[in-house]
Formats: sequence, structure tokens, C-alpha cells
Amino acid sequence: MDSITKNLLAEIADIHEVPEGAYNLRANGKLQTRQTTANIDIVTKTDKPGIDIIIAPGTKHESVHIPVIISETGLTDLVYNDFFIGEDADVVIVAGCGIHNCGDQESGHDGIHTFHVGKNAKVKYIEKHYGEADGKGGNVMNPTTIVEMEEGSYLEMETTQIKGIDSTTRITKGNLADRATFIVREKIMTHADQYAATDFDVQLNGEDSSTNVVSRSVARGNSKQKFVAAISGNTKCKGHSECDAILMDNAVVTAIPELTAASVDAELVHEAAIGKIAGEQLIKLMTLGLTEEEAEEEIVNGFLK
Amino acid sequence: MLELKKIEYVVEDNKEIIRDVSLDIDDGFIAITGPNGGGKSTLAKIIAGIVKPTSGQIIYNGMDITDLSVTDRAKAGISYAFQTPVKFKGITVKDLLKLASGKKITVSEACDILSDVGLCARDYIDREVNASLSGGELKRIEIAMIIARGTQLSIFDEPEAGIDLWSFNNLIKVFENMRKKINGSILIISHQERILNIADKIIVIADGKVSKIGTKQEVWPQLMESSTCSALTDKI
Repeated sequence: MDSITKNLLAEIADIHEVPEGAYNLRANGKLQTRQTTANIDIVTKTDKPGIDIIIAPGTKHESVHIPVIISETGLTDLVYNDFFIGEDADVVIVAGCGIHNCGDQESGHDGIHTFHVGKNAKVKYIEKHYGEADGKGGNVMNPTTIVEMEEGSYLEMETTQIKGIDSTTRITKGNLADRATFIVREKIMTHADQYAATDFDVQLNGEDSSTNVVSRSVARGNSKQKFVAAISGNTKCKGHSECDAILMDNAVVTAIPELTAASVDAELVHEAAIGKIAGEQLIKLMTLGLTEEEAEEEIVNGFLK
Repeated sequence: MLELKKIEYVVEDNKEIIRDVSLDIDDGFIAITGPNGGGKSTLAKIIAGIVKPTSGQIIYNGMDITDLSVTDRAKAGISYAFQTPVKFKGITVKDLLKLASGKKITVSEACDILSDVGLCARDYIDREVNASLSGGELKRIEIAMIIARGTQLSIFDEPEAGIDLWSFNNLIKVFENMRKKINGSILIISHQERILNIADKIIVIADGKVSKIGTKQEVWPQLMESSTCSALTDKI
């Protein structure tokens, strides 16, 4: 592994050496290295780029890492990754994409991830996007996540995009059966002229299904962000979405809630708060001896922690 | 240690919030009391640098700090506990204690500080300082930050405001302990007799002016007289 790959892996997947458990490292559009376990199989797709990750029913406390690295300028990588999570499995899946663009052409990664979460399975899905650039080429990522959840299943998705992605449009769709739970925690920070749009569409089709979509973001410089959260409650269910954004400099943040209740027993709530850092928070930290800039940094870091 | 010279603070419409206040504050436990709206909190904020006086001078350890920023005053050794503690998202009790002490803080150091304010470190150290904490808990954390700073001058703005009676009794003990360990000066704005009882000196601020300075024995009778309205005394 060269130092660029190592650095990108550390940023997106907290991987410093070869990870434990199953993994699949894709670099510059090609498979670099892969490991499977007795319960987790990874198979290359034959009809299109991408992989199938097959997790056997009842697999407990195992993890899968599927990082993607792009260090060639001008490369746009498109992959379809399908996860088949067996009944009663309890696993952690770590995905992420790191781009190091040293040239002047645009580099990009469009990952289309589909999760088929079996009955009563529990998944924690962690995804990080990170970009760095030496040249003028932009880093673009457009991830799509589709979540199909069977009865009693649980999926918690943590997604983070803190640095270096110039343009992103994220689409996340969920279809939930009875008693399924889908939790999303999104963290985004944009600066300079970056653009980030996230679009959630969760269909609560099963009785007692629930979702909580929470976005925390910081927009600096001239960056723009757009958050759309559509939740449809089609039966007795609970849905909550929240957009909490700190606005700095000349940035623009748009939050669009869309709640559709198609059942009298659907309980749907949306909250949105966009604004600058509260003056009293800055003053409090300044009374502890921090400068205004240091205080701002602490507040932003804490907010996105 | 701290000297206020002819401090005035005038807001729009020429309304005087602080009128010509001159004070010498030495080492010890000093309580500031007086009716609501009399200018006590404004005066504390003027000392901390949060409010700029319209005129006058503030001298701290011989240095004119009138034009110093909040940050520079904090660095010079002034701490200020807010009347309404500020809430944060994502910032934990440990983060705030670390920032307050200005260095990395071990769990056992944090534990010592939190136990001083009657909190069990194990339960609180990783808690976010947000609305999930009660008013009493937030007040104690606010005080813990001042202890962690350990500066020469500590200002507390009505630490008893907005907390329940049970928390209040414990809070008084915190200040009684602080009184024993005092090193420098504690300036505490309070209406509570039990706080005034342990003060070396009481300053009464009313209508933007210093109306009396003295020991509790000297100040208390006048305070009781002026703070009770005649309609009420007639009925009693």
C-alpha cells in the first residue's frame, strides 16, 4: 500500500493496517484485495461493475469493510454493491470513498448500494466520504443507498462527509416492513464553493415500523447545502426527521421537509433549525480564555462529533 | 485587586443602567445583592468584559483592563459563571472542563472537580452539555468550570436562580466549601441569606448605584426594610 492509499483508508474507514474480518478494497476502478470469512462471502458481479456481499443468517459480531480509493485524476468510478444480510444477523458494515485528485480533471465515485436486510437482522452501516486535491480537478461523489427492510430488522446508517468533496448528491431510499427500524445520522461540512445535496425518501409500509433521519451540518464559505427528507407513513408507524445546520460566512442551506401521512395512526414529525453559532456559546467559551476563532472551531467540532 | 472607577453604563434613550459606580474589591468572599433590575448582572458582565461600560475605568492588579476583550480578561485571571448556563450540541462535560482548565484533564482530575460540585464524574463526564441536563445539573457544571479554571477572581451570577430547593441546599454547601478553600476573590451575586451569611463583605446595588457596603450585620437590617413593600408589611 502506498502512502496516499494508506492515508485515504485511515480517513474513510479508520483502517491503518489490514482489517479484521471480511473486506474488499477497490482502487482506481479495480479490485485490489479481498478477504471473505466462513459467514461473509464477497462475489464480483458479472453483469455490471460491483460486488455482492452475502452475509449468512445468524452471523453475529462480524464486520465487513468495503473501502474505495481513487487516486488517478479524471477517473469516474461507478459501482453497484448489493448487501444480502441474512435473518438474525448482527453485523457492522464500513464503506467509504476516498479521492486523492492530484490532477486538473474531475475525479468521481458513484456508489449504488442496495441493502436487503433479512428478518430481525441488525446492521450498523458506517460510510465516510473524504477528498483531497493537489490540482484543480474537482472531487465528485454521488452515492445512492437503497434499503429494503424485512420484518423486525434494524439498520443504523452513519454517514459523514467532512472534507474535500466539491459536489455531492446523495439519494437514500428506504422501504420498511412490520416493526422495521431505520435510523440515519448524517454529518456534513462544506466550505469554499462546495455543494452538497441529500435526499431521503423513507416509506413506512409496515405496522410499527419507525424511522429517524437526523442531519447535522456546517456550511462555510460560499458553499450550498440542500436537505430533503420525505417520510411517508402508510400505516401505524412513527417517523421523525431533523435538520440542524450551522451557517457561516456566505453559505446557503435549504431544508425541505415532506411528510405524507396515509394512515390516521401514522405519527410523523419534522424539525429544522438553521442559523449562525449562538453568540452566548461563543462568549461562554471566550470567558474560558478561547479566542473567538478558537471558540468557533470548538463549537463546530463538537457539533459534528 | 479589582478597582472600578466611576463606571457608567447608559443604553438607548439615555437610560442609565449603572450610574457612577466606584468599588474596591479585595481578596475574600464578596456578595453583591439588591433588588432585581438594579444593575448587578450588568456590573458583573462589565467586569468580565461582556458588556462595555459607557465610561469609567476597570483596574485589575494594577493594570487597566477597560479595553481588554473577554478572552484577554479570562487569560488575565477573571472567571465568570453565567446566570443561565449555555447549552451546546455535541460538547461534553469533559470537553468543557478541559477547555476551562486550559490543559488535558485526566478522569481523576475531572472527578475531583465534579465531586466538589456534588456530581458523580462517572455519570456526567461524557454527557453532552445540552437540554437533557436539568437546571441544577447545568448550574453545577457551570460552577465546576470556574473551579477548573482556578483563577484569582471568580464571579458567579445568581448561582441559585432557577434551581429546585433540593439542589439549592446542596449548592449552598458547594459555596461553603469554596469559602473554606478560597484563594483570591469570589464575587457572588445572590439574594440568598445563606450565601450572604458566609460573605466577608456585602455590596448592595440598587437603581444602578452602590447603596451600601458592609458586613452582614451592618447591611442586613437596611436590606430587610427596603425590600419589603408597605402593602405587605401592613398585612403582616
